[in-house]
Amino acid sequence: MEQFEIKPLFDLHIAGYDLSYTNSALFMTFAVIASALLFWSATRNRTMVPSRWQSIAEVLYEFNATMVKDNIGKQGLKYLPFVFTLFLFVLLGNVLGLMPYGFTITSHIVVTATLAVAIWVGATVIGFSRHGFHYFSLLLPKGTPPAVAPFLVLIETMSYFIRPVSLSLRLFANMMAGHVLLKVLAGFIISLGLLFGWIPLIAVFGITLLEIMVALIQAYVFALLTCIYLNDAVNLH
Amino acid sequence: MPQFDPSSFPSQIFWLVVSFIALYLVVSRLAVPRVAEVLEQRHRLVQDDIDRAASFKAETDQAIAAYEQAMADARAQAQEQIRIVTNEAKAIAEKRTAEVTKAVNDQTAQAEARIAKARQDALDGLMQVAADNAKAVVAKLANLTPDDAAVQSAVAGALKETR
Repeated sequence: MEQFEIKPLFDLHIAGYDLSYTNSALFMTFAVIASALLFWSATRNRTMVPSRWQSIAEVLYEFNATMVKDNIGKQGLKYLPFVFTLFLFVLLGNVLGLMPYGFTITSHIVVTATLAVAIWVGATVIGFSRHGFHYFSLLLPKGTPPAVAPFLVLIETMSYFIRPVSLSLRLFANMMAGHVLLKVLAGFIISLGLLFGWIPLIAVFGITLLEIMVALIQAYVFALLTCIYLNDAVNLH
Repeated sequence: MPQFDPSSFPSQIFWLVVSFIALYLVVSRLAVPRVAEVLEQRHRLVQDDIDRAASFKAETDQAIAAYEQAMADARAQAQEQIRIVTNEAKAIAEKRTAEVTKAVNDQTAQAEARIAKARQDALDGLMQVAADNAKAVVAKLANLTPDDAAVQSAVAGALKETR
């Protein structure tokens, strides 16, 4: 599992913590720089008929804006920068990891868990600050028969607390599993040699395409679930 | 697995927070405002064009309505004039017909009067001739000279019977 190794590039120790700049931090930096470059260059000469790069920027923007509007409503647009950032960060984290010699920042549970917990805590804080004590009504769906209400509240409470876990595990597991699978299959190419090595080679080719798709879909799923949690916090169902 | 080695956690979390905030600044200060602006401008441009097209259409409709109104007015005016001219012509024709009719009637009446007078004259002449004849016949046959007045009344009676 050498591809998941965290290697320090520059040592940095602050207050007893090892905050070294690592290969993981390097790829986070790449993600930031790539986004900044894309949006800076794509929107430098804003034209009514967009250039190709401007189209990409517009498509990304519209995609996120539509997702936020559809899930949270017009008032949710103030969370658009956050959701957009999240989407770009996860997307680039996933995709840059598929490049040769790349490192997948989202294949580390601590990264996805930090994001997920931050989203969950944030959504909960927004929910309580907007609705106060009433936010607990989220745990009891409308039209529940009184007989099953305690049972349902228990389930809803559990599902609410499981949200950060499922959110972080989904992304982490998807990214790690894909990379492990590619690694194992690629190992077969060498061990089967010239005679049969082409069979896993074709498999690796196909799975690489699949992984690109998974990278895109997981970024979308992550951002979409964030929207759904924010919708619960903003609109209470 | 390196994922479960807690020694790298502080560094990963730290740089995650730093880079996420950096990316958030890029997105919120650069990407979203600029793209939203250009999309807004495009939307406004398209909306302006649509509005302009709508106002042109309204103008066109107005022009068509004005044209149709003018046509209707002109048609009404033409009909009115035709009516007036027709009435005048009819009045003149009636007047002339009345004049001609009156002239014809007058002439007819005069002619009838003349005819009646001529007839009366002819009848009077005939009675004289008949009386003279009767006197002559009586004188020849009976060798009498009848009284003029008696002959006259006898002839007039005979004429009355034949009428």
